[in-house]
Amino acid sequence: MSLLREIFENLRSFVATVGAVALFLLRTLVQVPRALTRPGLIVAQIHNAGALSLVIIMTCGLFVGGVLGLQGYDLLQRFGSEDALGTAAALALIKELGPVVTALLFAGRAGTALASEIGLMRATDQLSAMEMMAVDPVRRVVVPRFLGGLIAMPLLTVIFIAIGIFGVQVVGVQLLGVDAASFWSQMRAAVEVSDVMEGVIKGVVFGFVCSLIAVYEGYTAVPTAEGVGRATTRTVVISAVLVLIFNYMLTAVML
Amino acid sequence: MSSTAQAADPRPVPSDNLVEVEDVHYSVGGRKIFSGLSLTIPRGRITAIMGPSGTGKTTLLRLMTGQIKPDKGRIRFDGIDVTSLKLGELYDLRRRMGMLFQNGALLTDMDVFENVAFPLREHTKLPEPLIRNVVLTKLQAVGLRGAARLMPSELSGGMARRVALARAMATDPDLLIYDEPFTGLDPISMGMIVRLVRHMNYALGITSLVVSHDVEELAELADMGYILAGGRVAAAGNFSELKKHDSELVNQFMNGLPDGPVPFHYPAPDYYQELLEGSA
Repeated sequence: MSLLREIFENLRSFVATVGAVALFLLRTLVQVPRALTRPGLIVAQIHNAGALSLVIIMTCGLFVGGVLGLQGYDLLQRFGSEDALGTAAALALIKELGPVVTALLFAGRAGTALASEIGLMRATDQLSAMEMMAVDPVRRVVVPRFLGGLIAMPLLTVIFIAIGIFGVQVVGVQLLGVDAASFWSQMRAAVEVSDVMEGVIKGVVFGFVCSLIAVYEGYTAVPTAEGVGRATTRTVVISAVLVLIFNYMLTAVML
Repeated sequence: MSSTAQAADPRPVPSDNLVEVEDVHYSVGGRKIFSGLSLTIPRGRITAIMGPSGTGKTTLLRLMTGQIKPDKGRIRFDGIDVTSLKLGELYDLRRRMGMLFQNGALLTDMDVFENVAFPLREHTKLPEPLIRNVVLTKLQAVGLRGAARLMPSELSGGMARRVALARAMATDPDLLIYDEPFTGLDPISMGMIVRLVRHMNYALGITSLVVSHDVEELAELADMGYILAGGRVAAAGNFSELKKHDSELVNQFMNGLPDGPVPFHYPAPDYYQELLEGSA
């Protein structure tokens, strides 16, 4: 009986949280038009979420591409089709690895930064001070950060994919001797615009999910050191789980 | 003006009190914070709200500024019922209030100048040279014009509170609220804040509300005070009246006695019994 009650309580709490996030999203979206009148704030957040994540995204993209080159070459040479390395790696990066790994890195770097920044603003009364100055913190703090993340994430995804393909090329063509002309021409022939769109759509959806979770967790953080720490951890965990779930659903729909 | 015209006029009639709290009841999680609290904040005066920790002083400020709503009762600001306002109307009303938070609550990603300019940039379309002049005037008033380009992390606690005061004054509010303005300050900073609060009040003709439990500083500063206890006003009046009050609790609070109606010991089982249980 107590197990059933616990399951019911967890379910009730889950539904309540989903409802709270939906209301928060609605409140955020309502403020978007007014926030767009201050583009400077959004540009600053694109810089914070995007430009400051560039190094980690490019480094990881290079090494993910490198590993893909090694593993892809090892697998394809068994069938004598190592020339297809470019196609296989590009499709894997564009459709799956690029958006997913970028989203996970984004949640870990920019998402945690957003959640802890907003949570600390809550803990140090900065959000209350804004409310007392008749400034809606959702419009002034949350919306620019949400939009900044939403815009930065697809751009980071594209950069990750480009650097990843460069990494595959360095390992496959430069180190392992795959024919450069076959590598590029097969890739160009096989990769469709719809494949690229699939990656970009995933980037937008993951940007939406990761940014929303980060600003929500920060905004609703318990205003203590422990509360902000918990909000930061929850941002990474929830974002990662949701990215993987949404990735499956999007792949199933777009395949 | 005829009596009919007077009755049709929807504008609130100004009274001597800027804020009126009337029979307010408020509970959190089943715990009663206020049960029938009533008090008034007179215009142009410095009023102190005092009371032992946990009596709801900060909660009262949150109720007055509309951040939370009472379960029952009314709170009026300049005749306007704060409890019935929508968010937009509440924001309009808050433009007439300034609040100094305990820790200053400066926006940490902006320097001192931008913090003071923040409410002006958000609510006005003043040209940049005018904003600059207003900000420098406010910073000069709190003695920190020279610190305009410092970041909040470079300020001492007293300086942060003075900047927050300059920011709270930026839009020339009718009411300035100070939440525990003396906590954690050295005597010099405390003296500066006391002087500034008094100066702002009399020079600008605004109403000031100071929430604190620093009795000595408040006695020097405030025109009158309220002591909150048990969810309502335990005593009210000027400080000489409060010091002579016959209530045991008011006497304990005003004279800083360690034991009395507010006990030194948190409720616990019998001391010896608990020790014996442990050794058994």
